[in-house]
Amino acid sequence: MSKSNTIPTAGPDFEHLLAQEVVIEAGTAEGPSGAQRIEPDHSPRTPHGGAAPAPALLPGADLQREVEQFLYLQAELLDAKQWQAWMDLFDAQGVYWMPVERSQTEWEGSPSIFAEDKLLMEIRKGRVTHPNAWSQAPMWETNHLVSHVAIESASEQQIQVRSRFHMMELRRDTVRHFGGSYRHTLVRDAAGALRIRLQRVDLFNGQAPFDYVLQIWV
Amino acid sequence: MNLKPLVEPDRVHKSVYTDPKIFDLEMEKIWERTWVYCGHESQVKNPGDYHALTIGRQPMVMVRQKDGSVQVLYNRCPHRGVQLVGNLKGNTGSAFVCSYHAWSFHLDGKVRAIPLAAGYEGTRLTRDNPDCSMKRAARVDSYRGFVFASLASEGESLRDFLGEARIAFDDMCDRSPVGEVEVVPICHRVVQHSNWKFFMENQLDSLHPSVTHQSTGISAGRVEKRLKAEQGSAPLYYHYLSTFASSFEQWDAVQTINFPRGHGILKAYMGLRPQDPDTLAHEALLKQAYGEQKAEEYLSRSIHHVLVYPYLSVQSPLQQLRCLRPISPDKTLSEIWHFRLKGAPEAIYRRSLWYYNLVNSPATMINADDLENWTKGQWGLQSNGGDWVSFHRHFGDDRVEAGVTYSNHGTSEAVMRNQFRAWSTYMSAA
Repeated sequence: MSKSNTIPTAGPDFEHLLAQEVVIEAGTAEGPSGAQRIEPDHSPRTPHGGAAPAPALLPGADLQREVEQFLYLQAELLDAKQWQAWMDLFDAQGVYWMPVERSQTEWEGSPSIFAEDKLLMEIRKGRVTHPNAWSQAPMWETNHLVSHVAIESASEQQIQVRSRFHMMELRRDTVRHFGGSYRHTLVRDAAGALRIRLQRVDLFNGQAPFDYVLQIWV
Repeated sequence: MNLKPLVEPDRVHKSVYTDPKIFDLEMEKIWERTWVYCGHESQVKNPGDYHALTIGRQPMVMVRQKDGSVQVLYNRCPHRGVQLVGNLKGNTGSAFVCSYHAWSFHLDGKVRAIPLAAGYEGTRLTRDNPDCSMKRAARVDSYRGFVFASLASEGESLRDFLGEARIAFDDMCDRSPVGEVEVVPICHRVVQHSNWKFFMENQLDSLHPSVTHQSTGISAGRVEKRLKAEQGSAPLYYHYLSTFASSFEQWDAVQTINFPRGHGILKAYMGLRPQDPDTLAHEALLKQAYGEQKAEEYLSRSIHHVLVYPYLSVQSPLQQLRCLRPISPDKTLSEIWHFRLKGAPEAIYRRSLWYYNLVNSPATMINADDLENWTKGQWGLQSNGGDWVSFHRHFGDDRVEAGVTYSNHGTSEAVMRNQFRAWSTYMSAA
């Protein structure tokens, strides 16, 4: 409640009014206030939220470290532009997928930023290493950081692991940042080494306009 | 500003790509007068669904009305100018409400309520004062579900503006047995660091693919060939990429058709009518819906791109389009959309999706090299190393019939010459 019901009106001799004080106490009005009073159903907000992340397993330290080292290697091979060695981390049916939105669940039949099996990876590798790949002429480098490695499930056949990445890219004189989440489905090859069945990359800033494009896997 | 000396029939002055004053004039005389693409009706399905966009320099919002029609409004509160929707898309309920002082508006922009409205009694801000409501685009119209708006109250109709380029939307929709498409509700947005004209010229430039896209064409061709040797065939999408590496002579055989107002067509070259079971099933549906003769007419149109000058490139056989929203002389936002043919087999959608993912996505193996060219092009044109941009190729050798310019050679720069004829007409208007 205000101390005075009349709001003072400023006039030519307003100085004396400064002595009077009006105090509107917060939240005491009956019913809704602000825009809600005008339009009770209106909300400008975009839907948000999502499921809480699944708790990480605490597997044996050996598995945790093996998976972490594997994910670090994946990122380091990209930074080192060792395309074939990077592709070799994938299982024969391996897929690299960067969907547009988190809600997407299928890599095929879905609008994607990347959706590549090993044959398409081979085309991309062939393209960026071709002498006349014009967009490859400018100096460029990337630097990945991988963290938050959480194994969600692990069986003899398959390991589900999520992690976060941050990639800085230098191209000519410009630095760009790409961040997001990896979700790896890992399997083991005949020799028992980890291989990628699916590398899902949810780009945190994939909905923002791309300043130029992505030429290579993130 | 006298622009006449800047555009000659076979060359143009570099400043039309670089001068901020000319860019401002383009926004005023072209974008803010002519019909500009806003979006597809299926982007705003339910009343209150909106999509924000720009027409020239104007922030607009396309919104579905309660009566089912689509309206395009300035995204601006008439009170203090605050933008009314703060997101690219969403649903605003039954009203727009300003976040500053809670002025509210019906979906058609008319004022609905203002807090303590008695405060306006006796002032000239009355409910029927146009300054009390959101301003609307002067004209809104649609063609086969594609919504356009014009900020000028006078001028030619949408049908006349589109002219022969209407085929872009006819060709896309006629491939659906019910004659309609529906948007895939995802928009890729890529910023090009170049003047919008680079994109429009490039779309029908048949000399560049085998140079610019050689790396991808060759790499894809190698895998495609191996697959064919190993298993007898390769999916069509390898061919999407490998055709880019065709020879100069092959490209020279792909004709362009150049219409008044700068619109144009690049004829088909990708062999997008294979005779596999999916295509045949789709064709059977069309024959059922339209009859043998009509369906055949629809399916045998030779189109790769249709350009709606100055901002739209439509790939109707692959159901996708790219729309330009210029930002500054050297910065252009492109919006990339894909559509589904209503009633057509899923396989047809998936086939075109490969093109969307491989060629038009932000990880494109094709446009990466285009964008690199245009960026360097923009930098080059800003230099004093020369004043003119050359469009002399096959000048004087094109066939003109009833205002339509047919290139005798696919690589003719008739495309650019035609676009600048339209540009000059727009820019010289009072």
